[in-house]
Amino acid sequence: MLEIKNLHATVHGKEILKGFTLSLEAGKVHAIMGPNGAGKSTLGYVLSGREGYEVTSGEILFNGQDIAGLAPEERAALGIFLAFQYPVEIPGVNNTYFLRTALNAQRKARGEDELDSMAFLKLVRQKLSILDLKDELLHRAVNSGFSGGEKKRNEIFQLALLEPKLAILDETDSGLDIDALKAVAEGVNAMRSPDRAFLVITHYQRLLDYITPDIVHVMVQGRIIASGGPELALQLEREGYASIAAAAH
Amino acid sequence: MSAFLDSQAAQQGQLKPSAFPSVQAWRAQALAQALRVGFPHNKLERWKYAPLRPLAVKSFHAGTTDTGTDSAIDTTLLPPAPRIVFVNGRFSAEHTQLNDLPGLQVQSLAEALAGDDERRLNFLGRQFSDTEAPFASLNTALAEQGALIDIAEQAVIEVPLHLVFISQGAPDGSRYLRHKLDCHTGSQLTLIEHHISQDGDAGLCNQLMHIHLGMQARLKHIRIQRLAAPCIGFSRNDAVLSSDASYQRMDIETGGHLSRHELNLSLQGERAHIQSGGVLWATGSSTFDTRLSVRHQAPNAGCKLTWRGLADDKARVNFYGGILIEQGADGADAALSNKNLLLGPQAQVNTQPALEIYADEVKAAHGATVGQLDDAALFYLRSRGLPKAQAEKLLSQAFYAEAFEGIADTALLDALHPYLPAILHREQEGLT
Repeated sequence: MLEIKNLHATVHGKEILKGFTLSLEAGKVHAIMGPNGAGKSTLGYVLSGREGYEVTSGEILFNGQDIAGLAPEERAALGIFLAFQYPVEIPGVNNTYFLRTALNAQRKARGEDELDSMAFLKLVRQKLSILDLKDELLHRAVNSGFSGGEKKRNEIFQLALLEPKLAILDETDSGLDIDALKAVAEGVNAMRSPDRAFLVITHYQRLLDYITPDIVHVMVQGRIIASGGPELALQLEREGYASIAAAAH
Repeated sequence: MSAFLDSQAAQQGQLKPSAFPSVQAWRAQALAQALRVGFPHNKLERWKYAPLRPLAVKSFHAGTTDTGTDSAIDTTLLPPAPRIVFVNGRFSAEHTQLNDLPGLQVQSLAEALAGDDERRLNFLGRQFSDTEAPFASLNTALAEQGALIDIAEQAVIEVPLHLVFISQGAPDGSRYLRHKLDCHTGSQLTLIEHHISQDGDAGLCNQLMHIHLGMQARLKHIRIQRLAAPCIGFSRNDAVLSSDASYQRMDIETGGHLSRHELNLSLQGERAHIQSGGVLWATGSSTFDTRLSVRHQAPNAGCKLTWRGLADDKARVNFYGGILIEQGADGADAALSNKNLLLGPQAQVNTQPALEIYADEVKAAHGATVGQLDDAALFYLRSRGLPKAQAEKLLSQAFYAEAFEGIADTALLDALHPYLPAILHREQEGLT
């Protein structure tokens, strides 16, 4: 589904990704772990097309299509979703309206019929049951005044609603207490399916106790230096990034 | 001398002479003042950022055409009755419908000038200082059209009254209108003012309105300016509030090449309150130049001013917000917020809040900002599938929504929806 080949990317002129290569198949969950400054969040932004994050060489193929030149909304319509580490507060824009507009924009781009408010509401109720999310949050402005946990749940709720093919979770565990973490992980697990892939970016092993990855990659200085099964995450937790990085050299 | 002023002076000879000597004298004095003061220039603080030079050398003929053109107006553009309609600057009896609302009295200025009650016209004798000239003085010198609206004591007008100015192509024509709105003690009114262009409207319109709110009167006033791109507008509103009067006002501007708006609000009575919201959304090469001036003249009065400017393309939004709290106006509560968004790389915003306080125990706050759309918010919306233009529009609408708060509720916004400029069209449910 996702083929990243020797990707180099800069942020405001500074090279952050330095030969990043990854192959992610449908139905799989890959975890990207790495120390601060490894370029994990940059990877998420580069994959979702944020302005200022420039691919200088290499390829990003999504189902065979090179997406490096596509706008964020075009990638969204193809089925790429980024759950933000820091979901953005947008005062003044109603959350429900935002979600419906987003879903319909994607459907329109894919040549599908837009959902009317009744059909959308039905879908919302169905998806709400997946997450422990108060529907009161839907009537407020997007992420505005939400607690850290509420923001992350709102991200996973969007994931459930938009049903992407590839979900990139950028440090979704950061700032969550254990209950919120479990709720978020349950939401993600409910979304796992043979035709959907997950790229779980995380700093700590903790999240992987609840979302079991198929493969764990260790990312240091803009590229993957080691890959392995879930046990690699445990090794990292025990020994730290430095020893793995040293072993890789 | 300026070609503009010369051409306007020449128009005075075309006016129907008034039977009232005082009116004739005021007209002559006002024209003399305009000519003496001359056309303003950018060295004057009040006119610093307005593109005046092209206008100074341009001639305008009298643009108020006769009522024979009324039937050419697209009536689908007109809001429902009760409405007062001016077509091409002239009162239209054909399109005006008042529904005999008790407590509402309307007379056109032309009718009052032809009548026999000189006192009805006293407001034309208002003297302007030289700094207010020449446009206010020209209005006195040349206006023979306008509306005189009276709301009787304690009268509550339940349905919004629409005041409509609709115009068709009058290139190089200038129109002058003078209005007076009197809301007597305890009365209540919602007035919605529409400035609409039809089929290649161009030309200049100079409007001046005197508003008086009696004790405990309540006025909600929405002004929607959506003129065609080539139009030039000079609009001045002077409001005076008596004790316990409440004036809620919303100014929405999206059209015109140059739109100068002077809003002068005097809190003359104790506990009088003004809430003024504004959305200035300038596109193309428009300049919106708003000058807001509030005077606290009595104790315990309040003003809340929330103005939002959006400048796209090569457009310019100029805003001056002055609050003067005079000696003795103790206990004043004044707040001014002016925020602006630059949406285009060549757009320009100039904002200047000014606060002068000569009273005690005053609560006063003011703030002005100029910024751009938040990149992070824009990316967030786009990453969820919203196309860039839609994401920008949604964020822009969220940006200015605050200006409507407390003035226009959902019911009023729904009612206004068909008459709002397209750029402001939105899904009401989309905003919190």
